[in-house]
Amino acid sequence: MTKSHALRNQEKVRSRIEQNLKRRYRKEKIFRGFGIASIVFGLLCVAVLLTDIIYKGHGAFFQHYLQLEVQYDPETLGIEQVDESALALANFDGVIKDAMKARFPEARDRRARRELYSIPSTDAPFALRDRLQQAPQLLGERETIWVMVDDDVDAFIKSLDEIEGGFRGRVSERKAGWLMSLYESGELQNRFNTQFFTSGDSREPEQAGIKAALVGSALTLLVTLALSFPIGVAAAVYLEEFAPKNRWTDLIEVNINNLAAVPSIVFGLLGLAIFINFFELPRSAPLIGGLVLTLMTLPTIIISSRAAIKAVPPSIREAAMGMGASRIQVVFHHVLPLAMPGMLTGAIIGLAQALGETAPLLMIGMVAFIVDVPTGITDPATVLPVQIFLWADSPERAFIEKTSAAIMVLLAFLITMNLGAVWLRKKLERRW
Amino acid sequence: MHASTLFALLVLFALIAYGLGFSRAMQSAKRGGSIRSLAALPGYYGMHTALWSLLPALVLLALWTLFDDTVIRSLVVGGLPAEVVGESSARLLFAQIQNIASGTIDPALAAPELRDAANRLNSLRQTSGTVKTVLVLALALVAGSLALWRLTPKMRAREKVESLVRGLLMASASIAILTTVGILLSVLFEALRFFQSVPVTEFLFGLHWSPQMALRADQAGSSGAFGAVPIFLGTLMVSAIAMFVAVPVGLMSAIYLSEYASKRVRNTVKPVLEILAGIPTVVYGFFAALTVAPAVRDAATAMGLPASSESALAAGLVMGIMIIPFVSSLSDDIINAVPQSLRDGSFGLGATQSETIKKVVFPAALPGIVGGVLLAVSRAIGETMIVVMAAGLAANLTANPLESVTTVTVQIVTLLVGDQEFDSPKTLAAFALGLMLFLTTLVLNVIALHVVKKYREQYD
Repeated sequence: MTKSHALRNQEKVRSRIEQNLKRRYRKEKIFRGFGIASIVFGLLCVAVLLTDIIYKGHGAFFQHYLQLEVQYDPETLGIEQVDESALALANFDGVIKDAMKARFPEARDRRARRELYSIPSTDAPFALRDRLQQAPQLLGERETIWVMVDDDVDAFIKSLDEIEGGFRGRVSERKAGWLMSLYESGELQNRFNTQFFTSGDSREPEQAGIKAALVGSALTLLVTLALSFPIGVAAAVYLEEFAPKNRWTDLIEVNINNLAAVPSIVFGLLGLAIFINFFELPRSAPLIGGLVLTLMTLPTIIISSRAAIKAVPPSIREAAMGMGASRIQVVFHHVLPLAMPGMLTGAIIGLAQALGETAPLLMIGMVAFIVDVPTGITDPATVLPVQIFLWADSPERAFIEKTSAAIMVLLAFLITMNLGAVWLRKKLERRW
Repeated sequence: MHASTLFALLVLFALIAYGLGFSRAMQSAKRGGSIRSLAALPGYYGMHTALWSLLPALVLLALWTLFDDTVIRSLVVGGLPAEVVGESSARLLFAQIQNIASGTIDPALAAPELRDAANRLNSLRQTSGTVKTVLVLALALVAGSLALWRLTPKMRAREKVESLVRGLLMASASIAILTTVGILLSVLFEALRFFQSVPVTEFLFGLHWSPQMALRADQAGSSGAFGAVPIFLGTLMVSAIAMFVAVPVGLMSAIYLSEYASKRVRNTVKPVLEILAGIPTVVYGFFAALTVAPAVRDAATAMGLPASSESALAAGLVMGIMIIPFVSSLSDDIINAVPQSLRDGSFGLGATQSETIKKVVFPAALPGIVGGVLLAVSRAIGETMIVVMAAGLAANLTANPLESVTTVTVQIVTLLVGDQEFDSPKTLAAFALGLMLFLTTLVLNVIALHVVKKYREQYD
């Protein structure tokens, strides 16, 4: 009697435990599921972000060109011979218009003509001028050349493959008909867009390029590198090797850690108030941009350089000291060369951060509309992220494409720099 | 002479000084019989001479370049007759003179006083340039030859060079303090000037923000109100949405990666997630404005909710995505710092893995995680490009995340980008906002860093 009672009791406890266990295992599974879900969400974000940019921007590396049968007629051009002054005045616009008229004779009234003339880019006359300057013997001759089309036309043709009937924009029914006939006869061709890499900003999307911004970024980064690397390494050496334990050192440490987390826009305010308004250095110049970014990246470089110096084992220092080297000699002859790979890695990561930075540069006026490629660190310039910001604000559809393409170029640079840092670390890092 | 040419010349001088110091040391070594008669290696004598020729000249060059414009301007403006200065502000007047001097404004059309001033400006600039070149080069020569002249074989050149190098190292480290002081001064001064025209209480507690000042008395809609509460609330809302996304996702992925995932999964997933940290903020801004914001608006409209095309939700979501890797790598560090013995003890008592994490690891790591989250909040508050591109400008006092709100950073950018005079309350307001931003993030950072540090020490 008692025995069976005990057995039943045991049975009950076991089933309770088993149920409990089941519940606990279910909870375990759910918890694990949350973990997997958050990782999947993160990975999904990366995937969506990158595909979105690539999908939007891949088109900008290509641009449609129009085949034109032009005649360099001296009468239309209004010149007799080819020289500098004559070319500057010559009416290449007229030549293009004649060619378009000859291709579509059915456009008679003024409105139709105006639509017809808006097919080639406003850059086309300049392309003709360059061609004639190269080959003066063409004056009076006929030639088949390819010129860029306007951004509206380009966007229209590019959207033809899209499902929902494509993008019309400012293209009228009649113009669309002409474009289709050009497209089907092969007179419109998609080509690699070299202008995107060789020209500065422009109000006309098809002529806008990233060269000025790239050069501006390079100059700014050059200033940043020249200042932040030596100063950062020197500061790291001081803090790791020489700094006495006192209040001043503590203050420096707190400051560095805090500056690493100060919003970047605050550095822009500093640049505006001190460099521009107080010292009256030139606005919009890579010099100021570099100075501001130097202050911004210094904490990153100092922190990583300190880690690299810390990783050098004390036995190296002790051996050098044992041979009679002074503290400075120990550092400069032994510690620094051994810590250099780690420091370079940190510097590259700091520079990559500086390359992608936008907000502080807006503050110091690097948002100007820059057509000319800057030649020095005091010329007005803009940088790639700011160019992206400016284009993202432009209403033309073609600029969306340009923005995404510029983003791809920027990301390519960043990926290269980060991979370079990883490679450097793998290649040169020594385990003690 | 151009500053870079001058700099190159100085470097050349320093190289020559090195050579001279070196050979002089070698000569005295020869006279003394052997190199051991020198107190230091000959290279140190060269270095000593080179540093003396280079450093004072460099300091002079830097100071001159920084201050010459300011001095010249006060000379030019001070030299103007009183009746000209009375009419307009000195800054405007000087800009005019500069334009005349550079030929942007035809000198023939300008007022004769301004034309004279422009001529004076040009000649002063020229003189300043010449005097700078001569003085800097002379200083390099004099200091270098003085060092060379005083060079004796008994001189402890190495100690001297080394103490100089030490000083340079310390100066480099102190730049961090200078930067903080510079930030504080630059925002504090302008903010104080702002608070002279707008009372602090109105700025901190006012409910209406419309910084556009009326240019004429009869202009409509430009009240020039500076109540920053809607901006603070907007900032809080966007940051809160961002944290709502980033903290759970970041924390859970850190937990999964450090507690559950195999080494292979960890080594592939972690770098991919870290891509999110490396993407520039302007790219996120573009993504938020062109992809997420329309999607949010469409989704809201489909559910029958009115939504603005620039919503706080879109900006906050994307900002959250940006901060995920930040939260996850900080929490990862902290979770890994929890000693294995705690986990082993929990497993030994029969706890499942999730129970161990929830009841043992997480409470142990909590202070560190809180510190990390605080750092993330400070990042969200200071983030600029995403909100500039996706959150909007209108200072709405609203709690609806589908409406457009504005943030502190957006206002700073809109108030300061472009040309405007520097003295109007509108521009100065940006610095007052900057001061608030700096102080808020400073407090958050100091608390967070302190908490994280304390936490690390606990298990060391």
